[in-house]
Amino acid sequence: MDVRILYGSLFLILPLLAFVIQIFVGNRLPRKGDWVSIGAVLLTLCIAIAMFAVMLVYDDPHFKVDKSIEWFNLGSWTVEIGMLIDNITIVMLLVVAVVSGLVHIYSVGYMAGDPRYSRYFGYLSLFTFSMNGIVLSNNLFSIYMFWELVGLSSYLLIGFWFEKDSAADAGKKAFLVNRIGDIGMFIGILLFFTGTGSFLFTDLFEGVANGALSGSLLTIAGICIFLGAVGKSAQFPLHVWLPDAMEGPTPVSALIHAATMVAAGVYLIVRLFPIFTVDALTVIAYVGGFTALFSAIIAVTQNDIKRVLAYSTVSQLGYMVLAVGTGAYVAGLFHLVTHAAFKAGLFFCSGSVIHAMHHAYHKLNDHESDPQDLRNMGGFKDKMKITYTTMLIATLAISGVPFMSGFLSKDAILAGTLAFAQHHPEHSLLPVFGFGAAILTAFYMFRLIFMTFHGKPARREILDHIHESPSVMTTPLVILATLSIFIFYTLPFANPFSDHGWYMHLVEPVNSVVAGNPTAHEIEEGIHHAHLPAMIISLIVAGLGIFLAFLVYLRKRISAEKMAQRMGIMYKFSFNKFFMDEIYQKYLVNPSIIFSKAVGFLDWDLYDKYIINGFAWVTKRLSRIIGIKYDYDILDQKIVDGVGRSTHFFGAGLRLIQTGKLQNYLLWVLGGIIIIFIIQVM
Amino acid sequence: MHDLNTYLIIGAVLFTLGLFGVITRRNAIAVLMGVELILNAANINFIAFARFGGMNLSGHIFAMFVIIMAAVEAAVALAIIINLYNNLGTVNIDEADTLKK
Amino acid sequence: MDWNILSWLIWLPVVGMVAIALIPREKPEIIKIIAAVATGLQLWVVIMLWIQFDRGAVGFQFQEKLAWIPSFNIHYFLGVDGLSLPMALLTALLSFLGIFVSWKIDKAVKGYFALFLLLDTGMMGVFLSLDFFLFYVFWEVMLLPMYFLIGIWGGPQREYAAIKFFLYTLAGSVLMLVAMLALYFSCGRTFDMTQMIVLAPEALKGVTWWGLDTLKVIWIFLFITFAIKVPIFPFHTWLPLAHVEAPTAVSVILAGVLLKMGTYGLLRISYPMLPDGAVWFAGALAILALINIIWGALCALAQTDLKKLVAYSSINHMGYVLLGMAAVVAAGAQHGTNMTAAQAGMNGAVLQMFNHGTITAMLFILVGVVYDRAHHRDIDGFGGLGVKMPIYSGVVALAFFAGLGLPGLSGFIGEAMCFIGAFPVYKLIVIIATLGILLNASYFLWAYQRIFLGGLNEKYADIPEINGRELFTLVPLAVLVVLLGVYPAPVLNVMKVTMNYIIEIVQTSSLLAPH
Repeated sequence: MDVRILYGSLFLILPLLAFVIQIFVGNRLPRKGDWVSIGAVLLTLCIAIAMFAVMLVYDDPHFKVDKSIEWFNLGSWTVEIGMLIDNITIVMLLVVAVVSGLVHIYSVGYMAGDPRYSRYFGYLSLFTFSMNGIVLSNNLFSIYMFWELVGLSSYLLIGFWFEKDSAADAGKKAFLVNRIGDIGMFIGILLFFTGTGSFLFTDLFEGVANGALSGSLLTIAGICIFLGAVGKSAQFPLHVWLPDAMEGPTPVSALIHAATMVAAGVYLIVRLFPIFTVDALTVIAYVGGFTALFSAIIAVTQNDIKRVLAYSTVSQLGYMVLAVGTGAYVAGLFHLVTHAAFKAGLFFCSGSVIHAMHHAYHKLNDHESDPQDLRNMGGFKDKMKITYTTMLIATLAISGVPFMSGFLSKDAILAGTLAFAQHHPEHSLLPVFGFGAAILTAFYMFRLIFMTFHGKPARREILDHIHESPSVMTTPLVILATLSIFIFYTLPFANPFSDHGWYMHLVEPVNSVVAGNPTAHEIEEGIHHAHLPAMIISLIVAGLGIFLAFLVYLRKRISAEKMAQRMGIMYKFSFNKFFMDEIYQKYLVNPSIIFSKAVGFLDWDLYDKYIINGFAWVTKRLSRIIGIKYDYDILDQKIVDGVGRSTHFFGAGLRLIQTGKLQNYLLWVLGGIIIIFIIQVM
Repeated sequence: MHDLNTYLIIGAVLFTLGLFGVITRRNAIAVLMGVELILNAANINFIAFARFGGMNLSGHIFAMFVIIMAAVEAAVALAIIINLYNNLGTVNIDEADTLKK
Repeated sequence: MDWNILSWLIWLPVVGMVAIALIPREKPEIIKIIAAVATGLQLWVVIMLWIQFDRGAVGFQFQEKLAWIPSFNIHYFLGVDGLSLPMALLTALLSFLGIFVSWKIDKAVKGYFALFLLLDTGMMGVFLSLDFFLFYVFWEVMLLPMYFLIGIWGGPQREYAAIKFFLYTLAGSVLMLVAMLALYFSCGRTFDMTQMIVLAPEALKGVTWWGLDTLKVIWIFLFITFAIKVPIFPFHTWLPLAHVEAPTAVSVILAGVLLKMGTYGLLRISYPMLPDGAVWFAGALAILALINIIWGALCALAQTDLKKLVAYSSINHMGYVLLGMAAVVAAGAQHGTNMTAAQAGMNGAVLQMFNHGTITAMLFILVGVVYDRAHHRDIDGFGGLGVKMPIYSGVVALAFFAGLGLPGLSGFIGEAMCFIGAFPVYKLIVIIATLGILLNASYFLWAYQRIFLGGLNEKYADIPEINGRELFTLVPLAVLVVLLGVYPAPVLNVMKVTMNYIIEIVQTSSLLAPH
């Protein structure tokens, strides 16, 4: 066995083992077993770092290990599953291990004292296991399995505080909405399998290259697969679950609903990029671009600190999807990596703030106020220095300010989009989506910062009780903030305005296997040309966004209320998330429940009661008619009983000779014999 | 005394006497005795046929059977009669007419 | 073969039954122990069989043949192949666990366990018979104890449910009797299934009854018989009622084993004896499968009675089996001799039968557990039990997730194989049927939320946690659910040769010749 495969399988075995231990004996272990999960994830982190280092040393953009084993075979059909390790895998594994490791550590502080503490860590391990599974899969079948398993762990963790109805609802919603996407993905898998006869990526690429699947069928298959990504990466119109998912504990939001699981959708379309047709990619680009802008608009008006971040996540994921759609998938994946660091950082910071607010409200005996509401916050910057600084760094990164990681990746995406629009002027809307979302991102993120850390809180006395979180929570913050700085992504170079570095070197774009698609080289060429204008525009829009937020929320030069009034209907739509939830509830959920009730009624109260029992009723009636009228009255009473009655009549006469005395009978017998005898003799 | 007919006539007389007893007597025990007479009439015939009719040993063996049968029958019949007495308080078979009812 | 292993399998419960009959009714403990020992031995024998079974051999193994009624050429003929072995294992396992599930029965204990064992014999006999007449006899033998088990030990509507179940199934059996006799005479007076498989397709070629193809008439007769058992829409309404009224262990057997007899009958008798019929009917079967999936799921979503929900989920899950079975036509030349799809579908169908047996058994046992504590099954009448019963809610979560087809648990793999198999031939049907996956998830998760999540219903503030005996009945099933979800090969290896053999028979049908 290849030793790299062995290392790869450790990424699965260790967290799975931790999960099993936690579920069965976690509660009985010292410290409720948190060290089991943490140990497992830290071990994978060590391996990931080692693999990453080896990757840097090898410096081979074409590195790839792909091993499959037989899972089962049915004679003509052998199903193989296996592991694929290349540079993308290693980068993803590192991202998962880093964020997951930090979340585990952070959770020790955040979840301290929870009655289901060990279960929580068990679920985290389950998630880590399944996420690593997605990353390591070399085939659609097992990727689908792990895909659903991350959905499971997401369900369990969102609904972790299931005593709250809202949390239970959110978990269910997340699972079901994801399942809609998964069904699409499953149909896509079926289409690909029917075309190529295999689930393995390599066979798939080969099959598509040989024309086993082509034209509109290939486009449809690609879009179906993309539906899976739409669900998991919360793209429009299946984005509705992600904001609700914020009901889960904040570290979970950071890990699953910001950094890793939601990025799985992006990872999937990156992996399968070579088999998407131009049409499918166009659909992907529009969905991504629209989502980026759409959810950024919603984020502007939200007041719940985690919901703002959730919509921001949706928006950023939209960016990544947009990048893949326009062909700049390397940039999309790059943004995935940088985003994982700064968004996890932002969630950690919000968690730290919520933690402090909780504490303060608890001290004030206030159980009514919402500790997550931005309008209740303000002026925390002196009380929570570390949180403030780290959050500011992460915010700068997400806004696309130079010297930050987000600047590099966002710029790469925007350049890709711009290049695409230059090539296809009919798609000029795409860069508008991109830049529009960029300006809004800068605006709402700084709104968040200003409302939380500057100004004054709604209740002044709250400030007395706000204090910095324990170091087990702030250390991950510092690490993630540090990782938001550009230098980690451009090494061995240190030019803050160029994304040139190890990443761009080691993750090489591959050619599409679909005939007629532009080659990787053509795409890169285009991006290269669009690089400078994209950078200038994005700098301008980021600055504009920050400046606006500065005017409105720090200087209060422009009243937010007035602006809201002036925007009127637009504000209302944004504030109510474009009524998507209400629309789904009214036009999809309620009708299906009513429909199911109707079917249930039809089945039980009509079909069974009247048709099936009707058979019995008809049979009974029929039997009554036949049985009483004909059978009894005529057949039985007249004919059968007629025979009986005539017999009875004769019998009545003959019974006189029946005396009951044996000797009389004997006499009759004797008489009979004598008569026979006489007849015989005559 | 050396021909078949004599024995057959004796057998027939015995049979008729037995039958008469069975039909006319009211006492169950007397009826039973009638039955015994009928059986013995048959026995005489068997022996007679064995001696004169060429039945040889078979006749003797049949007679033996009948004797054993008669013994068994007497035992069973007496048991029935005892039960009859226990249930009805009489051995008069005219009163045992439950078959009619 | 030396020790008539199959006869032991069938008659062990009867031995137990006789022993129980000799025990005075005042000693219920001994009766239960005897029942447990009898079924336990049966389970052990079937495991021995599983180990000794030759996975590579085509045809029936461990055959036993004795003349029974020679004048009609009826034999006591037993044998086992890759199709019947998983079913036999399922029967033995669920019967064994069923004894422990019914441990708390206190009404006429002696009669209950005696009938339960008789039921076990009937089921085992159905799966192991190779003589059609014997098959029919066991088929009927099974009905009787079932009738009494529901009618005496059931819920409030037990008599209605029992008589409905009995008459419904009996109506089906009558049709089977006709079909059986027709086949008997067509094949030159033999009930030997191995012979009939060879003779029937030839014998029925071109034969008509009053202008109708005899083959199609026989197929329809058999199909209705088996459809009632599966149950296939529109013959399904006895099932929710019977399940709701039956005692827990009987529901387990009913859903876990009896439903499988319908599809088993189709695969054992209809498919190989009437391959033309199978091909002719495949399209209709796929549509019926679709209706089962969607209809069952929608009905389940509408239920407020937990047991009824599980019952309707069975209708939904059996739809996947039918879909996989319809995929057999993919092997025909007309559909490009797609052996991959046919094998995926047929093996997936049997795998799904087995897995559904374990999952649904878990579900019914779990419903029984909460019913024993709360004395009702109204889904809306619970709430927040997850806090008070963490282990129970965990096991329920496992069963529910297996039921909704979560990968990694056994419900998924069979379902996926059925879809994969049916897709090349019935694209549209499969695409609509995938909606069933969503509905599955909806009704299970919604029910789970209403029972376990949210604030605790104060009525159940001191509801006791699941006890050791109940866990004991669930753990073997849970282990199977997880193991086969991760690695289904052990069961697939047993069945695949047989399934391929059936596919090859159907493949030869003239209806599948290229256009």
